[in-house]
Amino acid sequence: MAQRNHKYDRQLRIWGEHGQTALERARVCVLNCGPSGSEALKNLVLGGIGSFTVVDASKVTESDLGNNFLVEWENLGQSKAKSVCALLQELNESVGAKFVEESPEALLESNPAFFAQFTLVIATQMTEAALLKLEEICRQQKVMLVIARSYGLAGLVRLSIGEHDVIESKPDSKVEDLRLHKPWPELQSYVNEFDIDTPDNNLHKHIPFAVLLIKISEEWKKAHDGKLPPNVRLFKEAISARRRVEEEEDNYTEALKNAYIVLFPPQINSQLHAVLDDKAADVDASSSDFWVMVAALKLFMANEGQGDPPLDGAIPDMHSFTDYYIKLQMIYQARAEADLIAMEGHVARILKRIGRESSPIPRSTLKLFCKNARNLKVLRCKRLGEEFSPRSGPELQRLLAVEESSHPALYVLLRAVDHFSATYNRFPGVFDREMEEDVSRLKALAVGLLNDMGGGGASLPEDIISEVCRFGAGEMHCVASIVGGIASQECIKLLTGQFTPIQGVFIYNAMSATSLVLNL
Amino acid sequence: MGSVAYSHQALAIANLTMADSLTASRWADLDRLLLRPGNLVGPGFEPGPELLDSLQNDLRVLVIGAGGLGCELLKDLALSGFGHIDVIDMDTIDVSNLNRQFLFRMQDVGKPKAEVAAQRVMQRVKGVTVVPHFCRIEEKDVSFYQDFQIIVLGLDSLEARSYINSVVCGFLEYEEDGSPNLATLKPLVDGGTEGFKGHARVIFPGITPCFHCSLWLFPPQVTFPLCTLAETPRSPAHCIEYAHLIQWGQERQGESFDADNPEHMKWIYDQAVKRGEQYNISGITYSLTQGVVKNIVPAIASTNAIVAATCALETLKIATMCSTGMDVYMQYTGTEGIYMRTVPHDKDPNCIMCSPGVPVEVDNTITLQKFLDQLLKDSRFKLKLSKPSVSYHDHNLYMQAPPVLEEMTRPNLQQSLLDLMDGNTVGVLNINDRRLTGVLRVRVTFKEGLDSIDMDTVGGG
Ligand SMILES: [Zn+2]
Repeated sequence: MAQRNHKYDRQLRIWGEHGQTALERARVCVLNCGPSGSEALKNLVLGGIGSFTVVDASKVTESDLGNNFLVEWENLGQSKAKSVCALLQELNESVGAKFVEESPEALLESNPAFFAQFTLVIATQMTEAALLKLEEICRQQKVMLVIARSYGLAGLVRLSIGEHDVIESKPDSKVEDLRLHKPWPELQSYVNEFDIDTPDNNLHKHIPFAVLLIKISEEWKKAHDGKLPPNVRLFKEAISARRRVEEEEDNYTEALKNAYIVLFPPQINSQLHAVLDDKAADVDASSSDFWVMVAALKLFMANEGQGDPPLDGAIPDMHSFTDYYIKLQMIYQARAEADLIAMEGHVARILKRIGRESSPIPRSTLKLFCKNARNLKVLRCKRLGEEFSPRSGPELQRLLAVEESSHPALYVLLRAVDHFSATYNRFPGVFDREMEEDVSRLKALAVGLLNDMGGGGASLPEDIISEVCRFGAGEMHCVASIVGGIASQECIKLLTGQFTPIQGVFIYNAMSATSLVLNL
Repeated sequence: MGSVAYSHQALAIANLTMADSLTASRWADLDRLLLRPGNLVGPGFEPGPELLDSLQNDLRVLVIGAGGLGCELLKDLALSGFGHIDVIDMDTIDVSNLNRQFLFRMQDVGKPKAEVAAQRVMQRVKGVTVVPHFCRIEEKDVSFYQDFQIIVLGLDSLEARSYINSVVCGFLEYEEDGSPNLATLKPLVDGGTEGFKGHARVIFPGITPCFHCSLWLFPPQVTFPLCTLAETPRSPAHCIEYAHLIQWGQERQGESFDADNPEHMKWIYDQAVKRGEQYNISGITYSLTQGVVKNIVPAIASTNAIVAATCALETLKIATMCSTGMDVYMQYTGTEGIYMRTVPHDKDPNCIMCSPGVPVEVDNTITLQKFLDQLLKDSRFKLKLSKPSVSYHDHNLYMQAPPVLEEMTRPNLQQSLLDLMDGNTVGVLNINDRRLTGVLRVRVTFKEGLDSIDMDTVGGG
């Protein structure tokens, strides 16, 4: 255990012990183990997933030795799945390793039940027809699906999951939830103990900024018919007026920096609104713990919370004396604890109502939920069939009309090469002698595809069409490493239930080192 | 160590013979780009078998750092056709590297990263020669860096990046007309990661912004005021930093603190816990103690793979021009969806590292001695100059060493600088100093009546 924690130290600092445990429970399947599949798995094996299975029917050839680090010279002519599996196992002995020497396409036909054993399937370098079948199977068996494709200097990553609930979305920027605009009685009586006009300069500069902001805004309200300052500038002026200029007062600096929190406390964001309004929040016996907690959250917000979700209880550092700060911290923690208890009551009553008293929700789960309630997210991926339908047309047309529209054009072309391969039994640009014809063939197919999607009339840049032919379906190691890397990152988000996965089709342009997520 | 060096040589020889037997199909995916003309390519791209040949046989690339990015870079470059790679790293392998530094195994812990990494890549990718250097970057003579066509950085420290930046900017020479001499330009490719975020950038000194031009991209480190640590601690980190920065020096006088010594770290942790108890502060863990003291940056395999491969691909583009290059600086964020976008930053026209000359205005009667005095007082060159030597084009105006040259050039000190510069009222002087890694270019403009200006404000800081 000690060595495990030491080995995973740098990632435990990101997703924590519970995130790591979730990874260790995951059973991951990779379809096709060229460089994209191998690199995606490499990152997951290093991170310590529970087990993996590699599915690939091909033998190691010389071109594999030029683009895949997980095959060896000695493997030439042998099963690629077996070779990759063995070298992956070397990276982390605690991960279970298996391989199946069969083509994914054949497996889809012969043994669809095969996929049910996995938590997550990564489909690499597969064409449209097979992906449609695979998605159907994965949806039925509730297996998460990640699609990854490297094609010359372009790449695509897409997720397909019925529903993915995120409690710990860990947004990059978070507005502190301090409730300074409506202090509850315990906080209010703490604030009342302070005299912010104290003649003692040393005391004056050690009053926590939360106290300053509450006091000064109360004074303002008294003088202005109970109204808060109309803007941050006036509020800041009122704060600055109390500052003792001869003293270096860090607490006032912090108060000025945080003045906006009083006037603009955190709102219920659109994603949380969507979660609260979701039909699944009308829970019944079949509902998941997540939705039971959402139902409880709605009740909490309508009652105890007075419109707000439970307090998370964390406060930022505030320049002050230790005991002032610790006491304030305890007041926030006590309120968070009270909110948690109220939530527990709602959850218990809901479970009783839906006849699920026998399987309660662990307190630790509910606590995590309460702490992160403001940033809950639910993702539902469209089906491939829907993405390919004319419903995507208007958005695709809009995207293609944007100048420098390389990403939507690459999206269309990455689909068109699959149609090309279905028509001509090979990818465009594979033979030098047919390059020119392939450019016009690919263009015709792409235009047809655009029409089918309801995006007719939009134009595709000629130079990108010819570059895609130039790629000749090559799988370059660096591009595969990026696409595989991104696929593995999305797997980690899905498996840990932390951070926000991509919502749409991720298109990578290696020519410019840029990407775009198309919301199709 | 001897056996490691020997096996490297043996591997390199074995690799050469293996390489001969390779058929063209091994690089089929790469060849699509190297053999075919394209529409979206770099300037002067000329497709042909010569490109792969030069990647494999002529070009030399240096990878700095054999850590999370370095391991990936070595793999990526070797599988992008580069045949001669050097790698430099001063670190040895730690257990906590193994979650991402995939070239290392548990049994390698304690061995030099550069040597193990080089050996693993050569074993796996036949035909490539990777030469390891187990040392600090400053230990190498500046001329060492001159031998590489492209330098790729997989570093986690700002200081090391600045050092290499000053080395390559030092190689750069400008033409009379102020344009960079392309033969002296050495491109840098740089990557960095933290958790789910990272960056990759290309630097063509003199053409695109160098590190120094855009130092602002790196946020300042968080530090706590000492009075908070000593008098009003409020967080676990405050207790840890008190034990680390204050208590250690007081209670273990004469012992230098070593963050890699477990006993030292345990002592800091124990003191921090005691202080926490005293102040009613909870949440101090051993892991947090290490994180705060060592300033640990969280790191995962996927971000390293993405950023390193982006760097390696740009290196391939620089070497072959087979595709369009990135617009200077790529930002990567993987926390909320994925953002990968490039940002075209601007060069600082007065950058002391990469510009054709830092502007300095002087009085037109100034002597060389007074000019040197003025330079030493200029805040822009603070800590960068101690005993400057000056040359103008190919003429040494004043040399601090060797003694014979110093004596020869000493009379110039009392001469008018304008005369020494052949009466040109604008010109670039090259300043050398043992404190500088490269040369400092100063663009002197002579003005009338500047004599009385307070020296401290000259140049505007
Ligand atoms: Zn610069």
